[in-house]
Amino acid sequence: MSKDYTYAVSMKNIHKYFGKVVALKGVNLDVEPNEVVGLIGDNGAGKSTLVKILTGVFPPTLGEMYIRDEKISFKNYGVNVAHTYGIETVYQELSLGEKQPLWRNFFIGRQVINKFGFINVKKEREISQHIMLDLIGFRGAGITVDSRASVLSGGERQGIAIGRAMFFDADLIVLDEPTVALSVKEIRKVIDFITRIKESGRSCVYISHTISHVHEVSDRFVIMDRGEIVANFKKTEISLHELDEFLLKYATAKEKIT
Amino acid sequence: MGKTEIKTVRTVFGRIEALPIIMVYVLLIGAFMFTAPGTFLKYRIYQAFLSTVPPPLILALGLTLIVAAGEIDLSFPAIITFSGFLFASLYTKTGMTLMPFVVAIIGGLVVGYVNGILIAKIGMPSIIATLGSQFFWSGLTVILSGGLAWNIREIRGEFIHTLFVARLGSTLPVQSLWALAVAVVLWFILNRHRFGENILFIGDNMQVAQVMGVNVARMKIKLFTLMGGLSAFAAVLLTLEMTTYWTTQGSGYLLIVMASVFIGGTSIFGGEGTIIGTLFGSFIVGSIEAGIVASGLGGFWTRLIDGLVLIIAVSLNILISRGRSSIGTGIKKSSIG
Repeated sequence: MSKDYTYAVSMKNIHKYFGKVVALKGVNLDVEPNEVVGLIGDNGAGKSTLVKILTGVFPPTLGEMYIRDEKISFKNYGVNVAHTYGIETVYQELSLGEKQPLWRNFFIGRQVINKFGFINVKKEREISQHIMLDLIGFRGAGITVDSRASVLSGGERQGIAIGRAMFFDADLIVLDEPTVALSVKEIRKVIDFITRIKESGRSCVYISHTISHVHEVSDRFVIMDRGEIVANFKKTEISLHELDEFLLKYATAKEKIT
Repeated sequence: MGKTEIKTVRTVFGRIEALPIIMVYVLLIGAFMFTAPGTFLKYRIYQAFLSTVPPPLILALGLTLIVAAGEIDLSFPAIITFSGFLFASLYTKTGMTLMPFVVAIIGGLVVGYVNGILIAKIGMPSIIATLGSQFFWSGLTVILSGGLAWNIREIRGEFIHTLFVARLGSTLPVQSLWALAVAVVLWFILNRHRFGENILFIGDNMQVAQVMGVNVARMKIKLFTLMGGLSAFAAVLLTLEMTTYWTTQGSGYLLIVMASVFIGGTSIFGGEGTIIGTLFGSFIVGSIEAGIVASGLGGFWTRLIDGLVLIIAVSLNILISRGRSSIGTGIKKSSIG
């Protein structure tokens, strides 16, 4: 797949304040076409904040962003606009409405509607059925498009969120801690999914605490700490062991300073 | 009865929207037919219900959407008095009917819109914002009206009276058809429209709604504005039916409207709501007083029975929904194993 742009996304000098709390201070992040970027850092490093700016949940206090080399106006940017640019997100927790049936969960935010805004329930249910059977392979588990999200296990939830991202055919998929609270087998599915993103020519930003997972699937590692990017390695430059060592050293050095 | 049969019964309960509450209504009317056959076996009492229930029913239908979004509105009694005042006083002063009607509706929309801004933009909890606006708008109405009642008996000859509160075939109060129309429209909005789905997700988990691209603030403003407009419509129906406006009109509606919504099976926790349940809940609440008086118990019993019905109905709804979620897991386990 050929891409006629330099970066899938490019964020420049991003600052974000929540009141007096500084969440991000001058972050630059580029994601190349068909690149999987692993975002690593402790809690509070600013990973999720950065990702939420990227996916349109809220704007930065300061900074610029380019999607496929096109400058974004944050005034008009939002989750729906991000969707139209082909940016999809799979969140750790915040992905499903617990009391809602799965067919609604697949389409929330971009329902299949007629010109009066009424939902084509039949169509949404058919597509949901297709996503569940063909894209994520929910077979014979007693879960139907009418099941409420609350009856699903952690892995099944993640499957639904991933299936949603796959169906909407994203160019850039953001995964925020997708393997938290999953069984080993379920984690494997998520890792396979990221591998498939790469193979199909798409880009991905992958946030995880589990360094071995990040190392396995990412082309590049971006390490964040306290609102800044502190290191940037290509996979070819660093082995899993070296990456581990680096993070450990960095953490110990930090402890000595503080 | 085998286990599967229990499951089937429960599934039927789960499939037909608000079936338990419909049964409570049928049982209640059946009981009144037994205790007060002279009243409840004749059409007259039902005609009375169909003329008095529509205003609180329309309020309860609107409130169902608010509660489904995880919010609450305490300001609708103030809109009943404020919009009722706008309608009655403008009619008295000008003799026009369409203009006062439009102004009354706009008045309600404005109150609702202001509620929406306070909640969505300022960030006030809806219970506080609408409590404040309840005091403010009813207080303003008392000042504007000088606390006086307005008799608008002459409006009986006007087209607007025929349109909204006439007796069709001299038996069926037309306002019941308007209320039914509101119920049908709101059912489709809640269950089949993008607006309703956004409401359900906001009530379910506001952050999920937000990250999935629902404009939560704009939705809440629209929702409270809609509630304001519906309250104003209820105010006009009430004023037309009574052909009198008085400043405390609507003040008795607060608790019975909320009771109707919760008896109907809408959960206070948000994320779900039933229009059909609210429809029957409103008729249950509206029938109890007449039924009790006709049964010879005396009006003092009304509140006690209201409370009893509320507690029984909500308990029933909780037990049934618990049953429903246990089937979900039951099926899952059996098919995996």
